[in-house]
This record gives sequence, structure tokens and C-alpha cells, in this order.
Amino acid sequence: MAAPVLPKLVGQRVKRREDPRLIQGLGTYVDDVKIVGLRHAAFKRSDVAHGRIRSIDTAAAEAMDGVEAVFTGAQIAEFLDPMPIGTPFPSPEHRAVATDVVRYVGEPVAVVVAAGRYAARDAADAIVVDYDTRPAVVDPEVAMTGHPTVIHADFDNNLAVPLVPSGTGVSPDGKTVDDTAVDRAFADADVVVSQRMVNQRLAPTAMEPRGVVAHYERGKDTMTIWSSTQNPHILRTFIALLNGMGEDQVRAIAPEVGGGFGAKINIYGEEYVVASLSRRLGLPLKWTEDRSEAFLATIHGRDIIGYIDVAATRDGKVLGLKLRLIADVGAYNMLLTAAIPTLTMLMANATYDIPAIRTTLTEVFTNKTPTDAYRGAGRPEATYFVERGMDMLARRLGMDPAELRRRNFIPADRFPYATQMGAVYDSGDYAKALDRALANAGWRELQRQRDAARAEGRLVGLGLAMYVEVCGLGPSASLPTGGWEHAQVTIERDGRISATTGASPHGQGNETTFAQMLADQFGVPLEHVRILHGDTGVVKQGIGTFGSRSQAVGGTALHLAGTKVREKMAKFAAALLEAHEEDLVFEDGRISVQGAPDAGKTFAEVAAYAYVPVPLPAGLDPGLSEEAFFEPANNTYPFGCHISMVEVDRDTGELALLRLVAVDDAGNLINPLIVEGQIHGGLAQGIGQAMIEEVRYGADGQPLTGSFMDYAIPRAADLPRFELDATVTPTPVNPLGAKGVGEAGTLGSTPCIVSAAVDALSGFGVTHIDMMLRPEKLWRIIHGGQA
Amino acid sequence: MAQVSITVNGKQRTGDVEPRLLLVHFLREQLDLTGTHVGCDTSQCGACTVLVDGRSAKSCTIFAVQADGSEVTTIEGLADGDNLHPLQDGFWEEHGLQCGYCTPGMILSAVTLLEDNPSPSEEQIREGLDGNFCRCTGYQHIVNAVQNAAAGRA
Ligand code: FES
Ligand code: FES
Repeated sequence: MAAPVLPKLVGQRVKRREDPRLIQGLGTYVDDVKIVGLRHAAFKRSDVAHGRIRSIDTAAAEAMDGVEAVFTGAQIAEFLDPMPIGTPFPSPEHRAVATDVVRYVGEPVAVVVAAGRYAARDAADAIVVDYDTRPAVVDPEVAMTGHPTVIHADFDNNLAVPLVPSGTGVSPDGKTVDDTAVDRAFADADVVVSQRMVNQRLAPTAMEPRGVVAHYERGKDTMTIWSSTQNPHILRTFIALLNGMGEDQVRAIAPEVGGGFGAKINIYGEEYVVASLSRRLGLPLKWTEDRSEAFLATIHGRDIIGYIDVAATRDGKVLGLKLRLIADVGAYNMLLTAAIPTLTMLMANATYDIPAIRTTLTEVFTNKTPTDAYRGAGRPEATYFVERGMDMLARRLGMDPAELRRRNFIPADRFPYATQMGAVYDSGDYAKALDRALANAGWRELQRQRDAARAEGRLVGLGLAMYVEVCGLGPSASLPTGGWEHAQVTIERDGRISATTGASPHGQGNETTFAQMLADQFGVPLEHVRILHGDTGVVKQGIGTFGSRSQAVGGTALHLAGTKVREKMAKFAAALLEAHEEDLVFEDGRISVQGAPDAGKTFAEVAAYAYVPVPLPAGLDPGLSEEAFFEPANNTYPFGCHISMVEVDRDTGELALLRLVAVDDAGNLINPLIVEGQIHGGLAQGIGQAMIEEVRYGADGQPLTGSFMDYAIPRAADLPRFELDATVTPTPVNPLGAKGVGEAGTLGSTPCIVSAAVDALSGFGVTHIDMMLRPEKLWRIIHGGQA
Repeated sequence: MAQVSITVNGKQRTGDVEPRLLLVHFLREQLDLTGTHVGCDTSQCGACTVLVDGRSAKSCTIFAVQADGSEVTTIEGLADGDNLHPLQDGFWEEHGLQCGYCTPGMILSAVTLLEDNPSPSEEQIREGLDGNFCRCTGYQHIVNAVQNAAAGRA
């Protein structure tokens, strides 16, 4: 009987292998982890935005039932060093629990260890802290004057990073700046558009809040730490470092992780504290974040002001661009805080061939929750500023926004393309993505519909945005953690395949996509492949999942490890079959000689031989297990075009998103179903930013968006059915040709919706509206005259 | 302490609970049914949704003592043995989940949605799931999943 013919799986819409457990409630997230003797931690957090701790009274808390220990920041500081960061920027001392001065609402000041969750919370609430309050500052442009307060003594004018220039005429070390080319571009221009824009602060809001369980075992002198993290290996490194332990003594596990969106890259104070208390007390200890705690204590994203100037000729050729950036980083530097806005500078070239660009970046401390990576991390901000600038230019010139883009694209034959910002774009065909999106949307017809609706008095608008992002991070030179990824592929003795990956997923579906790749590579059924991840005790090395790198970097490492095993297995098979390796085919669960499928061995037979190699072929070791590190030579630069149609209700100011058409080019795709899911999720977050999301603070530094009562994330009825399509421009950076897609949706959607809203309200004389586009703001524009 | 007796997934379960213990914590911590999740503290996200006496309800909004004497179905009890519920199948088939954290609540809300309206329009599905947040999927594949289940039941 002929063996069944196995379909090729790469490129197919394969159902996820993760799902059976998750749809039955059988996944294990951090808060589901139980250990005999487990205790619970709860943090007392500052309720003032800025102040010196005068006293902390823990007596009442200590006297409560079930409470085992209470530690103030000063007590914790006796055994826990300040938190390290992952960027080379200067950084103020940051303790996991404040010892002296608190600098934002939500900063921990004490921690309770108790027998139960409720007891720990009650006791934390019973701690009384007396503060000598100081003035708070929440506006970065005020903070940078050094008034009314200086948040960190050594950082004059609250400058976390004093002005850094970049772009045309700036030497690589940033020390010399030659403005000649930029000045000439602006002098030669027929038209200059200028605008201050705010890319507002957002809360990442993974549906699973953060959590950590630490279990120090005195007998073995080892620590196991479960955390809702995107990068267990980086967690291991930092936990070991701060506990004075070796990396071999720490095992970090990311079990099921309920979303991350960048916020779970950072290594947080709660992780350090819970780990060190577990060790000190000799107890397993758990901390689970409440949602209202998450709004204060998990990093925020974005929060950057851009002053943009675009200089162009009257027929729409952009001659020069200036972008002055002021990033509000909140009260402290976290793992990657300082680096995120540098990505906004890096991507200021966007999809355009712009001869002269000057960007500057200043990062400023304020009395708010620290910022760090949130989906897109610096690139949506760049896209937003430049695409809104392009839209304003099109409007000023009376030119179709699509036509303006087309006149300025980097042509498809110019790749690899070195930008003014120091990036080298790997591959691209921007006009193709634009044309596809215009065709799919029916751009001319949409314009006709819009004009017809306007004639009836309806406020309908169209918006379009291009994007290019930097993904597949990245060469080690650009990532202090290392920019490689690791994989190991093992053919077990029974012919099943286990593979480990350092790309630790939290919803991306790597167990499926990576298994598809290996199933094809070895010609075995998908069910015979298991992908292991998220446990440093099982996965030897890894970096983690962020910057849309899983497939481009982690997938490539897996492919390379698989290739090595396949080569070795072919040698064993060649010996068994008395054939040449190069004549062998791996197909349908068999390894056989090309053209003679019956004269072969089953995959399992060859595997068994490799583990009991009698006789052992010359030059071979037993076994089939190989590992690979993959270090990409460059980042990847996926791109696309998003188009939206909106309508504003004249009476209420409410914005309705009628259509969202997206064409995304992420290079080669392994599983289009999963890719669509990634794009949908990114679009929802980009739309959320445009329409309904904003972290707000009062002037006194009190958060005004401390729960889902005040911070909106998109619900099902807020969103239309997305219309997706893809162009495929493979990258030469890795052998898979895959660029990465996790963040794409957040890039184009945000500016295209704002541009559509401006278009809808253009009759009222507006040329720009800052996000979010809440009804009251739009209503005021409509009714401003008579309000 | 108060005694409660609740039929959970067809089995009678009893426990001594603090009067303030939330049903979700009773399920998760006393009964080890950790498929029911907690995503907020303001009764908005729906991650904690279970069926109480056959109707979807947010178990973070109910004290365990209030559920005394009721029948509760959690995600662990939804399948019929090895046969997945049509909504579980639908979510799998249509890629209705990514991280899976919202999924149990989403599925149990959809159970009641389809019971009330066996062939809902897309708009009715979107409105019917208003009390359940998902940060991963953008909801489109969730809508497809519910449609898939509705078609399968029809
Ligand atoms: S946990 Fe119940 S609604 Fe959020
Ligand atoms: S699948 Fe992650 S929150 Fe819905």
C-alpha cells in the first residue's frame, strides 16, 4: 500500500495546535500555578505622584491574620540592588520598592507576604504611609524647563536624554551636525507644512495582567520563576544577576501568557522582589496584578510629541523633512524605555525618497508611570507623524493623497536602500502595495461616494497611509540583549520530532507555524512534531518575542537547526539504503531514493538506526539532535498601505469607522490564517489609539484612567469587518524570506483614520486633529462657531 | 465562614467560604478550575464568564454565597466528554483565539447569545459580545467562530 501523500504545509491556513487546550480551559497561566506552601504577595503603592516618604507604619498590617512578613522599601534595599536597564543611556537609580522619594502614583513602597490573596491585599491596604508631597509635573514640555520640580537630582531640567540629533549631515557619533542640506531643502521649497502632533500615552492592556511565582529551593540552591513574560531567557539573566545567583541556578518559565504587546518584555520590580523574597524566606511566593494595579504599574506606551515640517515643490516632490521629538518617558527608565523613541527617529524616512532629513529627540522625565515598548514601539509614532505630514501636504497642494505618495516613493529598483536615518531597507515595492489597496478599496468610487454623501450634508471622510517598519530585530549590534535566536531540533528514537525555540510566544501560534516548517522539511505529519518553548530549563538559549522577530529570526534558527539534522539523518539513511545522500528524498514519512519510493525506509526506522547505529557509519556520531543560533545581518522592513472611510455624526460628534482596507507585505508567509489574526489584532489596537484610547493624568499627577471604567479598549461592535490583502516581497535577510507581521496592524491604521476624520471635517477649516478622536472634540470642531 | 453547595459541571461541590469570596475565586482556588480567568476588577472584561443556571454571568460579580444552590458550568465542563461544544469547535476552526485568555469567557457568553438567537447577524454577534474584551484578535475571527457554530447548529 502506498504511503499517504502528505500535503505541503508551509503557506497553508493550518488550524492552531495550541487551541484544543485553550478552548477547554486546560492551559496553565501564571496565576493557575499552584505549589504546596504557596504564599501571596501584595504591594502597597504610592498614592501621591511626587513626594518624600516621611514614615511608613506597618504595625496594623503585621498584626493581621495570615500576614507573615511586611517589608518596606528600605528593608528590601538591604538585600536587593537597584534595577538594571537594558540600554546604554544614563539612568537614575531605580529601586523595585521606593526607599525615600516616590515619583509616580503606583510606585511600590512596601510589600506584604501572607497566607492568602485576600489577606495580603487587606494588609497592604492597612499600611499607612505619610508623605511630604512635592510638586508634580505631567507635561513634558513644562518638565523640560526644570519647573516646578526636578524629579531626579542628577538629571537637570528632567532631561532623561538631552537633545540627540540624527539624519542628514549628522556624523555617526552624533557629535557634528551639518544643517546645510536640510536648510537648502527648506529654502528651495515652494511649500512647507508644519504641525505639532501628540502621539498620546496608551495602556498596553494584555487581557492577562502580569503575575509571577517564585520558588527558591534551598536544598538545591535553585530558583524557579514563572512569569507572564515575553522573554524568559532575559528574565533569567536579570533575576540571576540581582540575586547574586548563576544563570545555571535559575529556571525561568513563561507558561501560557495572556498577551504581551511589548509590555511584558520589561523585567519588573515585582519580579525581582518576589524572587528575592522567596529566596530569603525559603517559601514559594506568588503575586498577581489586579487590573487597576496594571493601569499604574505596567509600563505605558507611546507618549511622544512631534513637531514636523515638510518642505516640497508645488508639484509634490518632498525636498526635506524636519521632525523634533519630545518623548515623555514617565518617572524612570525601564528595560528599553530610552531606546524606544530612537526607533521613531530611525523610521522618519518612511517609504519616501527624501533627500534631507533632520530629526532631534529629547526624552523627559515626568511624574507618570514609566513608558516602554508597546506594539510597534516607536515605529507607529514615526509613521503617524510622517503620514499625517504627507496628508497635510496633499491637502495644501490640492493633490490626491495617493498620488502624492506615489511621487515620493523609494522606487522598487533602489533596494537595498540606505536611508537618511542610517537604516538599510532590505526590500520593498511600495507602489505595488498602494495600487493593490487602492484597487481593493475602490478608491475612485469611494471618493465619489464621499462626495455624494457630503452633498447630502453627511460628514464622510477618506484616509490613506503608507507604512514601513523595522522588524526582525535584529543584529546584536542593535540589541543589548543580543539579537540572535536559538533553536534545537531533535529526531527522537521513535521518529517523532521535538524542537525548542527561544522565541517564547504569547498568542502568536509558534507551536503551529514552526511545526508546519519542520513537517515540510522532514516530510512527516504535523502531529509528529512538537514545539517546546518558554522554559529555560528545556530551551537552552533564547532572546524572546518582540519586534516582530519570531518568524524572521526564531523561525530561521529553527530552519537552520532542522537543516543540520536533516543532513545528518540523510547520512544514516544513505548508509542503510546503500545510496548517495544527495539522491534521497524525505517524503510521506519515508526516506527513499529519488524515483524509487518503495526502496526506502520509514522515518522511524532511520531514527532508530541513528540511536542504535550498528554498524556506525564512518565519520558519524550517534543521535539526531542539532542546534543553531541565527544572527541576522540586518533588520527586515515590512510595509503596507491602509485605507479607511469614516463618518462623523454631526449631532453627537461620534466617529464611525465604515471601512478599513489593508494591504500588508510581510514577505513570505508560513500560515496566512495566523498572519491575518496578527494583523486584525494590530489594526484593533491602532484603531483604538486613533479613536478611543488615552491614558490621562490630572495636573497633580493623579491618574484619571485607572480602570476599564475610564480607559476604553475596542469592543467587538466598535470595529468593522477588516478587508485584508497581501503583497509578497521576500526579504534577502533570511533564507525564509519572512519579514515579520506582529506589529504591522498598528502602523498604518492610526494615521489613516485621523486623516479620514480630518477629511470628513475639512469643511470646518481643520487641517489636523490630535488623538484620540473623542466625540466631544469632534463636536466642538463642528459646532465651534455656534457653541 | 459560610457553607456553600454548588453544582459545578454536574458535580455537587461544597466549601466553607468567607462571605466576601467571589465565585471566580471559589472556582479557581478552592475547586482548582482555573479555566475561568480574571481580567479586571470592575466587572467589564468578561474573562470570568461562566454559566449560572444555564445563563452566562460574570463570576467576578457574584459572591460564592450568592451562587449557593445553583448550577454552574465552567469552560472545563462545556464539552460533552471528548466531543467539543460547537462553539469550541468554531473557535478552533476559525482561529478565534490567540493568547486564549479571553476565550473561555468569550465562548460561554456566546453560548447564551446563540441560545437566545440561534442565527444572529454579524451586528448582533458584535453587540452580544459587548461585555467581553479581547485584546488579541480584533474580534473578526471571534465573529467568524460564532457564525461557524451557529451554522453547525442550524
Ligand atoms: S474579571 Fe469579571 S468582568 Fe473582568
Ligand atoms: S485571545 Fe488574547 S485576549 Fe482574546
